[in-house]
Amino acid sequence: MTRYLVPFIALAIMIPVFIIGLNRDPTEVPSPLLDKPAPTFELPSLTDPQATVGSADYEGQMALVNVWATWCGGCRQEHDYLMKLASEIDIPIYGLDWRDRREEALVWLEKLGDPYVASAYDEDGRVGIDWGVYGAPETFLIDENGVVLHKHISPMTEKVWREDFLPRIKDAQEARK
Amino acid sequence: MKRVAFACALLLISGLALAIEPGKAFEDPQLQARYEKISSEVRCLVCQNQTIKDSNAFLAGDLRREIRRLLEEGKSDAQVYDFLVARYGDFVLYRPRMSGKTLGLWIAPFILILVGGVVAVRVVRGRMQMSVNDDSDQTVS
Repeated sequence: MTRYLVPFIALAIMIPVFIIGLNRDPTEVPSPLLDKPAPTFELPSLTDPQATVGSADYEGQMALVNVWATWCGGCRQEHDYLMKLASEIDIPIYGLDWRDRREEALVWLEKLGDPYVASAYDEDGRVGIDWGVYGAPETFLIDENGVVLHKHISPMTEKVWREDFLPRIKDAQEARK
Repeated sequence: MKRVAFACALLLISGLALAIEPGKAFEDPQLQARYEKISSEVRCLVCQNQTIKDSNAFLAGDLRREIRRLLEEGKSDAQVYDFLVARYGDFVLYRPRMSGKTLGLWIAPFILILVGGVVAVRVVRGRMQMSVNDDSDQTVS
């Protein structure tokens, strides 16, 4: 009797493994930065080449860092939601304009609106590499101590915000109390 | 017509001349060899199934540039790999290192072979016994 059960048991183990495995997105590589201090950076500001934008700007407070570029389709997709989000939350959103052309990026912000408190201009992608960026758009949630609480790859949506970001923000706020 | 064909042929083979590597080679051949070795061990995360040596995605170019810079600074191979893993995780290496997280990846094949072997041995033994004990051999399958 047991010898007939064995294949079924094996199958019962394999099915959930495959269901989980096949539903995973292989293009989403978990970041080794999670729960570690985010890399510090200082870059020229996108809007004002003389000024700098960097991690010091959000030191001591929770912040979102959104990696974007004008050549990135997903960034166009999420832009309207970012605008909405920026008007609704009191967490500042910092932009990291990654490997982009400054003029085009400025036109983009002017046309579509600017959800960012400030955008850093990472022309040669060096800061992007430090942050392990490989596919814009990417959004990092940084806590008061500069630790990466979450990294989201692909466009930000209301659902992603509600399910992946809000709970972590709440947890962090509760832990602080 | 011949000319057109010739032009097409030229166009077709011209791709071969387009080396992906834009930077010039290291003067030190040893350094160049290390550079080529490392870049053929690193995955391009944008195109996942290519090494950064083969990929012309701009991220691959950026990573090659960083590897070049680190080697020029006199970093060891291990330090270069550390730099990449710290930013992109184990997945960036085609041969991930043995660690708590990747242990399963490394030992799973051996476990599977072991399990398969045990099952195979048992099945074969069972059959042998069956054919010895039971001459009619009707119970099989």
